[in-house]
Amino acid sequence: MSRLGLLALQLLVAIVAIALWQFFATVPVFGRILLPPFFFSNPVDVFSQVVKWFSTGAIWKHLAITLWESILAFAIGSLGGVLVGFWFARKPLVAAVFDPYVKMANALPRVVLAPIFTLWLGLGIWSKVALGVTLVFFIVFFNVYQGVKEVSTVVRDNARMLGMSERQLMRHVYWPSALSWMFSSLHTSVGFAVVGAVVGEYLGSAAGLGYLIQQAEGVFDVAGVFAGMFVLSAFVILIDICVTLVERRLLVWRPDAAEGR
Amino acid sequence: MTPSTAAAVSLDGTTVAFRLAGGRTYTAVETAQLSVEDGEFVAIVGPTGCGKSTLLNVAAGLLKPAAGSVRIFGQPLAGLNREAGYLFQADALFPWKTALENVAIGLEVAGTPAREAAAKAQQWLTSVGLGAFGNRYPHMLSGGQRKRVGLAQVLIRNPRIILMDEPFGPLDAQTRQIMGNLLLDLWNADRKAVLFVTHDLEEAIALADRVVIMSAGPASRIIGDWRVTLARPRDIFEVRMKHEFHELHREIWQTLKAEVEKTYKQAEAV
Repeated sequence: MSRLGLLALQLLVAIVAIALWQFFATVPVFGRILLPPFFFSNPVDVFSQVVKWFSTGAIWKHLAITLWESILAFAIGSLGGVLVGFWFARKPLVAAVFDPYVKMANALPRVVLAPIFTLWLGLGIWSKVALGVTLVFFIVFFNVYQGVKEVSTVVRDNARMLGMSERQLMRHVYWPSALSWMFSSLHTSVGFAVVGAVVGEYLGSAAGLGYLIQQAEGVFDVAGVFAGMFVLSAFVILIDICVTLVERRLLVWRPDAAEGR
Repeated sequence: MTPSTAAAVSLDGTTVAFRLAGGRTYTAVETAQLSVEDGEFVAIVGPTGCGKSTLLNVAAGLLKPAAGSVRIFGQPLAGLNREAGYLFQADALFPWKTALENVAIGLEVAGTPAREAAAKAQQWLTSVGLGAFGNRYPHMLSGGQRKRVGLAQVLIRNPRIILMDEPFGPLDAQTRQIMGNLLLDLWNADRKAVLFVTHDLEEAIALADRVVIMSAGPASRIIGDWRVTLARPRDIFEVRMKHEFHELHREIWQTLKAEVEKTYKQAEAV
């Protein structure tokens, strides 16, 4: 299958889906509209809503807020995950002591923390960042922990025989190994940073994509909800493309990263 | 320099035991007696699982013997053997470093400036025949090429003792011979003490000055020690044609065969 052909087929799926949606939302079938506009809106309305957001420029503020929250959540969560992951992996006793609590905290559905964060940190961006951090932290933490633990004994012995001190082992062996594990989960952790931000906004805020969707829903503006969803998907896809580019640069030494994708 | 009279590696009554689950102990090697002179190439041959690699790890200081002593150039070994370079059987290159970085790292950690280390590493890559492959990552190299990088990585530090654990084991027959010749060339240019572990008797005779045979495990012992008097410099392809080679091979094989059979019997019994 050529690239162009594949792209054509992919586009066809979208066109057919939108056409069906538009058809069943506007044309009565056996005297009945199968997708009542009140519940399903229709593609034309949704599209015009998206266009309106962008033409008036109202959307940029919300996008910027969500992006900023996601970046902060990702950065803080990753930093914490790397530090704690390293610490636990190098100090088995600490890891053993904290193990049940880490499992407990990770098992908790993070959404229930949102009200607490709102209470503690207010309706501004920080309560959303905090929610994102709780999601990102654990992904990065588990990966870094694993990455440090899973350094092959042969590679470690080789490093020691080559005269590396404990500090040099850290820098030349454990650190790159941990980073590679962290980067392999980059898509997931970036995705969760966005989830944290949007869910946080949805549950209580004054700006952001989640807020936009929640507002539209509050006034039964279904077109607004769908429009918000589409902007959000496009936003996430754009971020994912950026992550893929970063990943390709950073993981050139990995067989699958260099050849695949 | 320590006096040249002291052996590069000398194992005296070295016993290695591992603690198993359930409190039992497994004796891998029992009262091994072995010395490698400075500049001497010694090959250890034995059936699979006889503790050859264990003995090598003891000489490297990666494993502590349960009894007996390990002396390196006359000094009792405490901790890692700083005089030794170790070429592992498995891939031991750092996958996140290029070939050049992999070779240079041994100098860099010792404090050599990066630029100088890189220049030296390039020289070493050239002398193992990989001059143009410096910027490749290990996964982009073939098994044989990775072994060459590994060899350069060990030799660049100029260790006085080189330990090799079936380094060419995973390679195909032709590549093994080419690597053997490369090793002999490099060793001839600058003779270090080499302790080379292999299960391939032919390879051992072709390469070494002395061939040491270990008995089947557990509690394997050193049961034979032959001097190889084949003239140097040798070519691995040609040396195998010589009458002397065949004589020696037949003689050593008599001893080795019994041990290999023992190992197989044990395996079948289990």
